[in-house]
Amino acid sequence: MNTNRTLSTAARVLRQLRHDPRSIALMILVPCVMLLLLRYVFDGSPQTFDSIGASLLGIFPLITMFLVTSIATLRERTSGTLERLLAMPLAKGDLIAGYALAFGALAVIQSALATGLALWALGLDVTGSAWLLLLVALLDALLGTALGLFVSAFAASEFQAVQFMPAVIFPQLLLCGLFTPRDNMQPVLEAISNGLPMSYAVDGMNEVVRHPDITGDFVRDAAIVAACALLVLALGAATLRRRTP
Amino acid sequence: MMNIQPPPQTPAPTSQPPEPPPPPTPAIQATSLTTTRGTRKVLHNLTFTVPQGQITGLLGPSGCGKSTLMRAIVGTQARVTGTLNVLNHPAGTPALRSRIGYVTQDPSVYDDLTVRQNLEYFAAILSPGHGETATRRQEDVTRAIAEVDLTTHADALAANLSGGQRNRVSLAVALLGTPELLVLDEPTVGLDPVLRRDLWDLFHTIAANRGTTILVSSHVMDEAERCHRLLLMREGEILADDTPESLRTSTATPTVEAAFLHLVDKANAT
Repeated sequence: MNTNRTLSTAARVLRQLRHDPRSIALMILVPCVMLLLLRYVFDGSPQTFDSIGASLLGIFPLITMFLVTSIATLRERTSGTLERLLAMPLAKGDLIAGYALAFGALAVIQSALATGLALWALGLDVTGSAWLLLLVALLDALLGTALGLFVSAFAASEFQAVQFMPAVIFPQLLLCGLFTPRDNMQPVLEAISNGLPMSYAVDGMNEVVRHPDITGDFVRDAAIVAACALLVLALGAATLRRRTP
Repeated sequence: MMNIQPPPQTPAPTSQPPEPPPPPTPAIQATSLTTTRGTRKVLHNLTFTVPQGQITGLLGPSGCGKSTLMRAIVGTQARVTGTLNVLNHPAGTPALRSRIGYVTQDPSVYDDLTVRQNLEYFAAILSPGHGETATRRQEDVTRAIAEVDLTTHADALAANLSGGQRNRVSLAVALLGTPELLVLDEPTVGLDPVLRRDLWDLFHTIAANRGTTILVSSHVMDEAERCHRLLLMREGEILADDTPESLRTSTATPTVEAAFLHLVDKANAT
């Protein structure tokens, strides 16, 4: 791997996005609007907003980055630029790290705005530090990038890539403990939810909501999300082939 | 890659006319090269060489295996058997990646970047670094844009260019970093006659001035006359490997197109 090639790739991805201001606006504003909506949906029960709102701060970056990455890498595969890049002296790790860096930077902006809005304008009540919320949101964004990169290998068209969103994300959304605590679920579902990374993202957010300090559980949750992201990124790298049939 | 016993190949070319002395080692050397896609054999036991510093045309109808052969040479084609040496290395060796310029049939550029941004990115992949390297890279980018005659469009988004212009952006990427071997898959398709002539002039300049070996595919037979050597392909096999002139002489035909048809008829008759 080569740092300069990684940075050039990240810069290129961001440049591509800059030519598409509408996508940037959607990525950054939609989570804020959703939080605003949620705040007034739970107007009568602010404590529900506290728990769901914090979880959503972790889930939004995951979903956005999943969508953006799966489409962007699919385009790279179908336009022939991936084949061209892999015929050049570019390490697969450079390409993946470049994407992760670029979308990670975007996720920082998105999460910072959403977290700031939730904490200071919408009155989200969090016991722990806002920085920890931001950290989990960033790890979630990385996980979304990794998953998007991975599934793009199995999509033949952008149409299919979008369909992977409900297939990969919705089950995790239902099982992550957002709607009901995970230990209230049917035991089989609870066991499944123990194996899904989004569950730990939500658990981590809830740790921050409830505890003033960094707890052992928080460290474990954050480490699991990060490890999952790295694992899926490695799987994604394996789907990039220099030689194709 | 495996070595298989080389079988007899291609109708033997007849006597050579006077031409520049052949350089010592060929740029591309293939022996019993076979490729399968799915269950279908695309290339059947090809044995041929491509000389250095010359323009070799790869001609044949669509679907005859030209693109697959080119992908094998640049090392992006899977399931290739036989021997294939490119610039004295087995095809696909990492060391070759910065020495070969490759243009795919469809323009492979980023539509949401400008011409210059496209080239800047690919140049940064080829020769990463800051300071002096970056300055040289900028000059390289400017030169490549000028070579494909897109200087006036340098700041236009690739998506807003015409098909032929996007093809030329793709070609410009391959010209970055002065590669020793250029593999061009139908680079002149969809271009007007003036541009086609200009590009062929550019290929000749590049081959003559930089000693670059150029392998260019086309299904337009009149472009064959502008190559130093020709590989005529049909259904995954090489029908002829010769200069345009001796092809015409040996088949007693006025054009390469007529020579090709003559060879196809002869192959069908046997």
